[in-house]
Amino acid sequence: MLLEPALTVSGVLFALGVLGVLLRRNAIVIFMCVELMLNAANLAFVAFAQQLGVAGQIFVFFVMAVAAAEAAVGLAIILAVYRHRRTVDLQNINLLKG
Amino acid sequence: MDGTLIIFWAFAGLAVLSGLACITRRSPVASALWLVVTLFALAALFVLLDAQFIAVLQVLVYAGAIMVLFLFVIMLLNLGRAGPTDLKGPLGLGVGVFLAGLLLMQLLVLRQAGLAPGGTVRPPLGQGMIPSVARPLFTVYLVPFEITSILLLAAIVGAVVLAKRKL
Repeated sequence: MLLEPALTVSGVLFALGVLGVLLRRNAIVIFMCVELMLNAANLAFVAFAQQLGVAGQIFVFFVMAVAAAEAAVGLAIILAVYRHRRTVDLQNINLLKG
Repeated sequence: MDGTLIIFWAFAGLAVLSGLACITRRSPVASALWLVVTLFALAALFVLLDAQFIAVLQVLVYAGAIMVLFLFVIMLLNLGRAGPTDLKGPLGLGVGVFLAGLLLMQLLVLRQAGLAPGGTVRPPLGQGMIPSVARPLFTVYLVPFEITSILLLAAIVGAVVLAKRKL
């Protein structure tokens, strides 16, 4: 059974995604790290689906749909921010900082 | 150790290493391409976990559509050129590594918790093929499926409005 190895890999990939979000300053790269985390969650879903029935795989569909919607809207937001500030470096996007 | 497990760990190692490369490369284009490698390796893992259709979707939707969208935006913003690194300083590195390591520890502990006894159901033969995924999708999960289409419509409208020249 591949459940335990799959969950291990899923955990490692999720931690890598978190690490990327915390370390990078480029908004697009941070966004890609979020996608990495979503994929780690998908791997866990598929691993459980092998044991507990097909519902986990159905859920992966919905995660993919949400990820696609998120990518479209998020990248549009990044484009809009870039037009205003001429940068996607989060260091320089500090309008809400007190 | 049987063959499946060896193949599994080979692709798992590829996924983790290219994920590591994805978060450490300076150029956003290199990051995106390493992420594509990770997604392909994950697709291989999905096949090994009896989810063939999900693996196809992974390649088509993630590695195909979503990553092309990312690369388009990177090229559009002209971020491909080499510049000073956008990795934070040594303090940020330490804090980030610590937090991610903490989370990893938590996830590994959770992994040892195990399933409830008697929870393993032998999947029917050919699980992961299209019929066994499509039938529940259009019966039990029909309403969430339809709501997903509304979500996608809202995302399309939102993206068009946001990307308009004059906000």
